[in-house]
Amino acid sequence: MSCDDKVDCGRRRLLFATAAVGGVAGVAVAVPFVASMLPSERAKAAGAPVEVDISRLAPGEMMTVEWRGKPVWVINRTKEQLEALPKIDGQLADPKSEKPMQPDYARNATRSIKPEILVAVGICTHLGCSPSEKFKAGTESGIAADWPGGFFCACHGSTFDLAGRVYQGKPAPTNLEIPPHMYLGDAKLVIGEDKKA
Amino acid sequence: MSKVNAILQGTLNWVDERFPLTSLWKDHLAEYYAPKNFNFWYFFGSLAMLVLVLQIVTGILLTMHFKPDASLNASGVPVAFASVEYIMRDVSWGWLIRYMHSTGASAFFVVVYLHMFRGMLYGSYRKPRELIWIFGMIIFLALMAEAFFGYLLPWGQMSFWGAQVIVNMFSAIPLIGPDLSIWLRGDYVVGDATLNRFFAFHVVAVPLVLLGLVAAHIIALHEVGSNNPDGIEIKKKKDANGIPLDGIPFHPYYSVKDIVGVIVFLMVFSVIVFFMPEFGGYFMEYNNFFPADPLVTPPHIAPLWYFTPYYSILRAVTYPLFGIEAKFWGVLAMGAATLIFALLPWLDRSPVKSIRYRGPLYKGFLAAFVISFLILGYLGMLAPTPARAIVAQICSVIYFAFFLLMPIYSSLDKCQPEPDRVTSK
Repeated sequence: MSCDDKVDCGRRRLLFATAAVGGVAGVAVAVPFVASMLPSERAKAAGAPVEVDISRLAPGEMMTVEWRGKPVWVINRTKEQLEALPKIDGQLADPKSEKPMQPDYARNATRSIKPEILVAVGICTHLGCSPSEKFKAGTESGIAADWPGGFFCACHGSTFDLAGRVYQGKPAPTNLEIPPHMYLGDAKLVIGEDKKA
Repeated sequence: MSKVNAILQGTLNWVDERFPLTSLWKDHLAEYYAPKNFNFWYFFGSLAMLVLVLQIVTGILLTMHFKPDASLNASGVPVAFASVEYIMRDVSWGWLIRYMHSTGASAFFVVVYLHMFRGMLYGSYRKPRELIWIFGMIIFLALMAEAFFGYLLPWGQMSFWGAQVIVNMFSAIPLIGPDLSIWLRGDYVVGDATLNRFFAFHVVAVPLVLLGLVAAHIIALHEVGSNNPDGIEIKKKKDANGIPLDGIPFHPYYSVKDIVGVIVFLMVFSVIVFFMPEFGGYFMEYNNFFPADPLVTPPHIAPLWYFTPYYSILRAVTYPLFGIEAKFWGVLAMGAATLIFALLPWLDRSPVKSIRYRGPLYKGFLAAFVISFLILGYLGMLAPTPARAIVAQICSVIYFAFFLLMPIYSSLDKCQPEPDRVTSK
């Protein structure tokens, strides 16, 4: 841009400066607009821990509890089911639970505090459907002849074992999330809170 | 009589001095010259406008009774779900208005897909109509957003889990994904905040955008003039008055022709609305008659038919690549499948526009594309199995090959010469 007789460069500079300041103000106004769509203070405050009585949960049974609007599964695994877990390590994407999908105290072979009790968020890590239980081994579940029992997500076909570990070559990228949880006594489980060290 | 005419003419003059009423009428209807050889495929643009009007009118009436509220009422049913049932049972003619709106959604996609296919048959996206095509593609995207937001509102099981899956797709984007999906939902799970904002998007934001884009689509069309089944420019041969020799005024010739299309369309539309509004589960899904339950996903969820080809492509991507998980690539492939149409004006290197004068290569690729699109659409309605996944992967490759190989096969193709003037078959 050249400054000849027809262009008043002082005024043009002022024009650019005003436009720039106005632009900054416009962008600044976008901040509250965008932020208003974030979870509100009320939504952030919701999500208190849930207490569950598991004294009546027999081996091989499962119960579903709602925590922060999501289904949380509590499964009492049988001895046979626990023994079968390490046998399928080769078919799993993350058998050793190396990805941070669980608190440290659940980063073990059974992904749990008590070996038999699995507490997991029942939301597929692919796109958020809730998988259905397919505990019966073999063809009865309609998945595969060598199916050892686990979970099947009907939305996109991901499969998980009885420790919530995802099988290889499935759309779900990680194992099921293990929520923070702890026991108050033998049969009282608290989901959403743990003993912070 | 002449006195009345004089008063009317005077009124019109008064308006014309203040608003270009007569010249708008001439530019867009009475003196908009369209090629005289339009055929069956040219019904769907005006039908899309008709459905848009139907959706806006029925939609306004529905908002008078619908409540976007996910909290439970005294009977333990979500308020939004109950208000839809209220419309169906207690509001006078509410069932008719809602069935018109739900059938209208599917009808919209039927006519828009046929309208887009017309563009592909006759090369309507080619120079100088690239911007018409791009506006059209943005309309298509806005329409998909509109349908998606609207589908959450009845707050049934399919509404809830469909929204859950689609919003979670955004979480696949590296780095910002998880926060982005929380921002979209307004909560950590799909809930009341999500329902309220989807209502706002569905009834205010997206319709405004749609109307603006439709205006831009038509203004751009009337600037360059319509294409035709021969794919040649009628503006190249004009008479002494500068009117294309093969052009006829849109009104009354095509306004009358389009009314025939409207009547046939409304006959089919009414049969569906009155006798089969659910259309065997394709227009309204069985599981959506259950209120949303955040703890239980229905055993089989699938989107409505108009999204299933893209849903199949999403499911078909199961390999991680470059250290990024398969989920991200699936979402990317799905997004690319919807956006890639916009590149057609630049991918097509054929010397002719219309399929009438194209060679066997293009016809073969187009046929393969249409067949794979239909197969993908069919597979997207079914539960996933390993065999179906392989078929979906093959069809996805064909889908993208149609576009990505187009610069090669469209320039190699053996085309026939175009005629000088439009032909009538």
